[in-house]
Amino acid sequence: MKTKIGTVQYESERVEAFADEIRNVPGCEELRSCIQCGTCSGVCPLSIYMDYSPRQIIGMVRSGLKDKVLRSRTIWLCASCYACAVECPKKIRITDIMYQLKQRAIRERIYPRFFPIPVLAQEFNKMARSRGRVTENVLAAVMFLKTTWWSAFGMWRLGLGLVMRGRFPFHLESIKRKDELKRMLKTVDDVTSNTLHASGRRPFKPIREGSK
Amino acid sequence: MTTYSYFPGCSLKGTGRAYEESLLPVLRALDVELEELDDWNCCGATAYMAVDEVRACVIASRNLALAERTGHKELIAPCNACYLVLNKTEHYMRESPSVNGVIQNALKEAGLASSGNLPVRHPLDVLVNTVGLDAVRRRVRRSLKGLKVAPYYGCQIVRPYSTFDDQFNPTTMDRLLEALGCTVVTFPLKTRCCGGSLTGTLPEAGLHCSHVILKEALRRGADVIATVCPLCQFNLDSYHDKIAAKWGATRIPTVYFTQLMGLAFGMNERELGLHRGFIPMKPLETSSPE
Amino acid sequence: MDKHDNEEIRIGFYICHCGSNIAAMVDCPEVAKTIGALPGVVLSRDYKYMCSDPGQELIRKDIAEFRLNRVVVASCSPLLHEKTFRSAVEAGGLNPYFFHMVNIREHDAWVHTDKGEATKKAKSLARAAIRRVAKHKALEVKQVAIHPDVLVVGGGIAGIHAAMTMANAGKKVFLVEREPSIGGHMAKFDKTFPTLDCAACILTPKMSEAGSHPNITLMTYSEVVKMDGYVGNYTVTIKRKPRYIKEELCTGCQECIAKCIYKEPRFRDEFNEGLGKRKPVYIPFPQATPQVVVIDPRVCMNFKDGALTNKCKKSCVTACGEKQAIDFTQQETLQEVKVGAIIVTTGFQTFDPGRIPQYGYGRYPNVYTALEVERLVNASGPTAGHVVLRDGREPKSIGIIHCVGSRDRLTNRWCSRVCCMYSMKLAHLLKEHTGAEIYNFYIDIRAPGKGYEEFYDKLLDEGVQFIRGRVGEVTDWAVSPEEEGRLVVRVEDTLAGCVRRIPFDMVVLATGLEPKSDAQDVRRLFNMSCGSEGFFLERHPKLAPVSTFSDGIYIAGCCQGPRDIPDTVAQAGAAAAEALALIDKGYIEQEPNTAHILEDDCCGCKSCIPLCPYTAITFDAAKKKAVINEALCKGCGTCVAACPSGSIVQNLFDDGEIFSEIEGVLAHD
Repeated sequence: MKTKIGTVQYESERVEAFADEIRNVPGCEELRSCIQCGTCSGVCPLSIYMDYSPRQIIGMVRSGLKDKVLRSRTIWLCASCYACAVECPKKIRITDIMYQLKQRAIRERIYPRFFPIPVLAQEFNKMARSRGRVTENVLAAVMFLKTTWWSAFGMWRLGLGLVMRGRFPFHLESIKRKDELKRMLKTVDDVTSNTLHASGRRPFKPIREGSK
Repeated sequence: MTTYSYFPGCSLKGTGRAYEESLLPVLRALDVELEELDDWNCCGATAYMAVDEVRACVIASRNLALAERTGHKELIAPCNACYLVLNKTEHYMRESPSVNGVIQNALKEAGLASSGNLPVRHPLDVLVNTVGLDAVRRRVRRSLKGLKVAPYYGCQIVRPYSTFDDQFNPTTMDRLLEALGCTVVTFPLKTRCCGGSLTGTLPEAGLHCSHVILKEALRRGADVIATVCPLCQFNLDSYHDKIAAKWGATRIPTVYFTQLMGLAFGMNERELGLHRGFIPMKPLETSSPE
Repeated sequence: MDKHDNEEIRIGFYICHCGSNIAAMVDCPEVAKTIGALPGVVLSRDYKYMCSDPGQELIRKDIAEFRLNRVVVASCSPLLHEKTFRSAVEAGGLNPYFFHMVNIREHDAWVHTDKGEATKKAKSLARAAIRRVAKHKALEVKQVAIHPDVLVVGGGIAGIHAAMTMANAGKKVFLVEREPSIGGHMAKFDKTFPTLDCAACILTPKMSEAGSHPNITLMTYSEVVKMDGYVGNYTVTIKRKPRYIKEELCTGCQECIAKCIYKEPRFRDEFNEGLGKRKPVYIPFPQATPQVVVIDPRVCMNFKDGALTNKCKKSCVTACGEKQAIDFTQQETLQEVKVGAIIVTTGFQTFDPGRIPQYGYGRYPNVYTALEVERLVNASGPTAGHVVLRDGREPKSIGIIHCVGSRDRLTNRWCSRVCCMYSMKLAHLLKEHTGAEIYNFYIDIRAPGKGYEEFYDKLLDEGVQFIRGRVGEVTDWAVSPEEEGRLVVRVEDTLAGCVRRIPFDMVVLATGLEPKSDAQDVRRLFNMSCGSEGFFLERHPKLAPVSTFSDGIYIAGCCQGPRDIPDTVAQAGAAAAEALALIDKGYIEQEPNTAHILEDDCCGCKSCIPLCPYTAITFDAAKKKAVINEALCKGCGTCVAACPSGSIVQNLFDDGEIFSEIEGVLAHD
């Protein structure tokens, strides 16, 4: 096993199939067209808080630097406001690519343990799946419990304010036909996993770059 | 009397109650009835997509199928996130046969089907483009003259699908507010993201997004910010103390555009849910109802 | 009655190995043997390279020795060597149209993998050709005379150069220009890259020469409205728009402008990109050629809604005095010219940056387009070369944004080629004029020409800041005190790896080049095609960049694609050379595979007339028969197939020839 010298990236660390995997998702086909112009980062309101800019993330995805990408803070900071996607001169749907990266990071459990954003996403998911609806205050409470539970105390004023204004329901919302929803979601489990191939064609076989 | 299918979304039943409280009577005053979709389920918003995009589309599609079954021609979704997710699901259904296949399969399990062609519209679109500004103007009983409003659309209503307005500089709400007599201030941040759910999970980033919007609205001389999305309203309205602590006070009320409409229509503050906001609006100059 | 009708058919058949291109898949000796046994075939050979000199010599000798009167060669595509073999046949003393070529390379050997099947197919194809060639008739190549005059459409630098080149070669040239003066976009520039030559200084001598050249007829303020005819014989109708000035009497003294009843200029000056004002009577710019004023009826007091009212005091007429050059009764006229070749040099238009609202053009007064800045820095511009903002302030910091409306799938996909260079030029000029801090925001720096990279080097040395990042937005939303009241550019500095907010007093948009908005109408006028982006289509992107698919019509300059001045002038020269080559030959040769109408059989139904894509068919009203102009006919065969009475016959493709070919393919061994 090579010892890593400084910040050099070895070929063995790259996951070549990663770029193709992302590219094959419906809507993310234009990944290769990126000319690294930086428009996305320029318009992204959250880019100034990110460790890697959206442009860098796209570049890294293309280069197969999977680990770096999935461990970044950037993918969680994306608020999916779509500003990048509508201005990209190559019409790359960057927001949808960010969603793909979030999903993969969650699936592979690559995120700091008590990081609120993926925890919130998963709790939201659980609640929506099981009850069919989401009760915001309960969701927030669960999120705090599972992450930085002490910061819930900082929210007491907000919580009280909501209670006083009648915006704090004291019951859990749910749909009548919860079973129906569960059955619907089960059919998806029986089909392929999350990665779907563009236009239902045969799965794209990743070609090694340079053999075109 | 026109009736539309109505998808409230989880927020409008929870923290965003005031939106529904003001939307329904305002539409009723304009001869539009909304019929809440029976047994609607959560659309998934941005959170579900972060975990599983296909399943997010599947649960969203259930609502589309239920709506199609009612026979009403269109589905109204006031929350920006719901509006986006439902439209996005329909786009996937139309553009990607493989995703559509999975969705139809899942719907079949519930005895449902969806064509992927049901128009999902925002009440702003319906009010200005279908009901029409003339009808709105006729219904105004008390002009909001002198009230300076900053129109804030948020991101998901114009991006990525701009079905009824310009993506970069939308004016639907501006025109609506002007029809009510308000003075609409020039607001360059009208479609800038408010931070979304980050205000709760990563406040140093999310709250700052909200803060800049509030600050600029004040700088432009607005008395109030009008929103179309419950999360935007929550973010801009509920965190003033935290924002003040970090970057200085920017106290300006944020209300739903339907609440302003209700005021203009002569309805009282309480029935419009204006007491539910954190920063109250200054009392309007008393002008005799027309 | 063809004199060859009763003659015995003696066919010579040659199958080419083409090295291994054909021989690898087709058993050539076998084919030669089979074909040699067919009736009518006197001689059947297989040979390694038929197109070589010995191969052609072989044909020539065989015709004499074996008294051949038909020749078939089975080899590659006729596109490559039909001409070669026809010449060889002609050299052997036979009419070249007694030759037929069969493609057994692209159509057979190169597209099959089974040797047996490929050989069988070659035999079928060859058999078809044998049967067909027996039916061939002798045909003559026609010669059509060429009119020696030339029309150049568009008086920019391309048109001027092409016109001058041909005029100097002794040809009579009509130079038509839509604007009141020639000069095009180049007349608006201040300096040109990379030499920083003054554009007007290098252009105006050429303009002046063109205006006074005895062989050039300048038609300004005119447009082509109709083109009829065919290569070598075009009849073009030109609309002369009324200037309300008698060109030959006006001396360009401009007294009329000085004495116009509008004391101050009030109307949008198009030449100065709307930055300045002019009067209803004006001259576009000081060096305009011809040096004649124009009156704009849309704003002149003497007109209302385009109609003459004569309500004005007409102080201009008084000022003109005894020259009496002003004529308000002037009407639009149509003029016809006859020419042999046409060169289209209509140029480009700049991208409208209003289409990218994020950059704030039109919303913020201090956002300018590159062309507007050219007029600002120009000494003869609206501010006499003084760079000031719309409120009169001098900018202390200027941001230049590259790729506005270029390299963008949302607007124009192509790279406009000149913007990097002109942005650098403007950076240099603005720094020179104002001493301001200049920033250029780019995606890539494209500096391919002679001296271009060195120019970039120079700019870097001068302290112009180059930031690699495509600008996201230009906004007046200020976050810090230094941004108050200024335009803020938000961009990712990709090389430094950070998002930056930089405040400017002035933002310049490097707008790209587009085809002119009426390009589709113009191309239809001249029977040309446009590419998918809308620029005129050249015949071949590499080998024929200045000719079009219509013979006799050439294109040059930016109407074919974005390019800088050196390339434009080179292209204009090339187009002129090709036009000269055409004209100096004196005649053109027509392929004889044209269609003609058997008059007796024509029933006058007129079905064929609208079908002809080359408008070669007209109707003789007296005889009530259709007539085909064989000089225009390209032999597409549409009318032949459509004619309900079968009275149209096409040379080389008559029914007998086609049916015999079909029979040959279907016949069994």
